[in-house]
Amino acid sequence: MNNSDELLKGIMHILTKTHDQEMDCDEVYKVIDQFVDAKVRGEDVSKVMPLVLRHLDLCRDCLEEYEALLRVIEAEEGQE
Amino acid sequence: MSLMTVDRSNDEWRRDLKTPGHAQETALADLRVIVARGLPYALSKWLSPSDPQFEALVEETVQETLVRVLSYLDTFEGRSKFTTWVYKIAVRIAISELRRKRWKDTSLDDLISDNGDLEGLEIMAEPGPSPEDSTEQMELIEQVRRIIADELTEKQRNAIVAILIHGMPVDEVANRMEMTRNALYKLLHDARLRLKQRMAESGLSPADVLASFEVS
Repeated sequence: MNNSDELLKGIMHILTKTHDQEMDCDEVYKVIDQFVDAKVRGEDVSKVMPLVLRHLDLCRDCLEEYEALLRVIEAEEGQE
Repeated sequence: MSLMTVDRSNDEWRRDLKTPGHAQETALADLRVIVARGLPYALSKWLSPSDPQFEALVEETVQETLVRVLSYLDTFEGRSKFTTWVYKIAVRIAISELRRKRWKDTSLDDLISDNGDLEGLEIMAEPGPSPEDSTEQMELIEQVRRIIADELTEKQRNAIVAILIHGMPVDEVANRMEMTRNALYKLLHDARLRLKQRMAESGLSPADVLASFEVS
């Protein structure tokens, strides 16, 4: 697959996940600590904070930071 | 195994950190230990603790984290565990710095002028002429290319190529465009919504376009 096809597929894939209502990076950053705590407590974050999940599915930067934060909080809670 | 060496409640953290003095010094010292112990876990996919840069990065991150914790203490609403909030700050600082270092020698021009990417850019620039033996799939794709070429500004095209093809962090693309990451996210969200709407108006769905790639 050439870059052109790859790019087009990538854009189409993102469009399938695109919604009118999306949280932006600042809004997610504000609550990502709550989100991680909820997840580590075993709450269903797809129900409790679905828009955060939606953003993480679209934003690699925020996803990477979320995963890093999750790793440390899980370690902190002895859940490695 | 738990990392926690001390156990203050949220209120105790806030109380101890609020005013300069012995309690604040002790709390900051405890936070320093907590953050330094947690960072190897946070950064395990980024940097090994045995990497020569690791120690300096941790020290830098801890320092900056403590500064920001004190500056933004009043914004902590107690909706999460205090240490989770602190780690959030530390993770943002450390990963931003790692991204900056990784990409510091790459400009946007480097990414969009590379020959391998001219193909990627074609989708974004003038759509090519229809092939003589056009199939339904090719017509569909050509139609989508035209919509993308019409709807995206040059800024949006360059950002998308950098992010999707080259894996450049949104942070780094935004810096080069002299925007905040948030502003870039919103710019791209607007672009995505417009693309989706234009496609819908033309009776096209992204899912159908994706499916057409599966047909060989």
